[in-house]
Amino acid sequence: MAKIVSLAEAVGDNVRDGDIVAMEGFTHLIPYAAGHEVIRQGRKDLYLVRMTPDILYDQLIGVGAARGMKFSWGGNPGVGSLHRFRDAVENQWPRPLEIEEHSHAAMANAYEAGAANLPFATLRGYIGADLPKVNPNIKSVTCPFTGEVLAAVPAIRPDVTIIHAQRADRKGNVLIEGIVGVQKEAVLAARRSIVTVEEIVDELNPPSPNSLVLPSWAITAVAHVPGGAFPSYAHGYYPRSNAFYIGWDEIARDRDSFTAWIKQNVLDAKPDDFAKHAGKPAVKAA
Amino acid sequence: MSDFTPTEMMTIAAARELSNDDVCFVGIGAPSAACNVARLTHAPDITLIYESGTVGTKPDVLPLSIGDGELCDTALFTVSVPEMFRYWLQGGRITTGFLGGAQIDRFANLNTTVVGPYDHPKVRLPGGGGAPEIASNCGRIFITMALSKRGFVEKLPFITSMGHGEGGDHRERLGMKTKGPTRVITDLCILEPDPGTKELTVVSIHPGVTREQIVENCGWAIRFAGEVIETPAPTELELNTLRDINARTKKAHQGDKEAA
Repeated sequence: MAKIVSLAEAVGDNVRDGDIVAMEGFTHLIPYAAGHEVIRQGRKDLYLVRMTPDILYDQLIGVGAARGMKFSWGGNPGVGSLHRFRDAVENQWPRPLEIEEHSHAAMANAYEAGAANLPFATLRGYIGADLPKVNPNIKSVTCPFTGEVLAAVPAIRPDVTIIHAQRADRKGNVLIEGIVGVQKEAVLAARRSIVTVEEIVDELNPPSPNSLVLPSWAITAVAHVPGGAFPSYAHGYYPRSNAFYIGWDEIARDRDSFTAWIKQNVLDAKPDDFAKHAGKPAVKAA
Repeated sequence: MSDFTPTEMMTIAAARELSNDDVCFVGIGAPSAACNVARLTHAPDITLIYESGTVGTKPDVLPLSIGDGELCDTALFTVSVPEMFRYWLQGGRITTGFLGGAQIDRFANLNTTVVGPYDHPKVRLPGGGGAPEIASNCGRIFITMALSKRGFVEKLPFITSMGHGEGGDHRERLGMKTKGPTRVITDLCILEPDPGTKELTVVSIHPGVTREQIVENCGWAIRFAGEVIETPAPTELELNTLRDINARTKKAHQGDKEAA
């Protein structure tokens, strides 16, 4: 059963130095507040896993919290490079970063395999591509029925997965709406999980179309952090701040401006600071 | 209509490649602009799919990322990312993939991973994302990229997604049953693979562009097809549609300045 606790307690109890950590969210519902708490609590030597590491992982890499990263697309979507990620890979600053690179299809399948308690995932993938030449964790299997050779990748089994969601009830059942990404699979693949939510309510019902429920007994901890996905977004609560993503490019380009930003907005801040982003009306197309 | 930029011509030429019957896996940037111009002009019933899981989306402004809320709000339905890649893409239900890239070679292989050696890259690019499997599992692939020596290179340092490999029947030899890249739409011209060798050759030149310009901007000795036509200039409707959506998009993305 999920314990409903503060964010500091959830991270303190469940994220340990050296852990394999997945903070998922496919553009939508990225757990920024939780990631910032991980930085504030000074976790180190983390092995980060995520399909689309964007600004949040740029921040964790830039402060030196990560020893490695497994990923499939590492950019600032629609804007360009992740400068802290590039600085780590190209110049080993602030420390070298071991990378294991896949395609989206392979990562999605690997999370599913983890959730299904299988050792590996198989897909019709990587045909003619160079990634298998540089990633020894991309292998192949022959179908025992047809003889077709398929790609194989190991299941992803994080020590802890962290996601953000719209609502939880008082028992800790969690509802997710909108673009649901790979969050269900990432939670079910992990040994421990933390879900930060916009609201804690008496009843989840009525769930909306496309909504997804993660039951309390499949989650370790739930924390109430309104605004916790900003500058990403929570469908129905507040929109994505595309301006922030555009603005991040300049902040992250320079080591000093990055470090100053982290001090002001992460180290000297607290989870409650995210609440100011929570009340914004979600802008819907006319 | 005579006053248009090369990028506008590229986007509109790309939009014209699509029809109502297409089920299209859309990449961000120029592909997204082209697909939505097609939807707002000659192909109103086209099915646009973004890899974040939105199916049949009809965004009013172009998304900055593949997972903007706008895409989900206006979609027919939204699925998880594993379902998107397993059932819809690998299941063979997507007719057309629309890709861009940092670099391309003469056989339409794409690189979005690294420039320089993989272990010690000169430039670390974002990586493949969905592209390796989009390139092999969609019925056919269109590519949009501005023609430049930096982008159109003799040899790729890294093949992120395979186009026609080493040319000829390379795709068939690897067991691929899909067509691969069938058109490359640039800001100066349109290229198609030669039916036999699969080397990209110029088949259409945009208005006001010379053969010399194309040769100068390509990193390999580019060939021209036996018969080369002039790309029809953008119509007033096409140009106005593109400019309207770009203006709405710019306004929307810069709109929450206080947040940054």
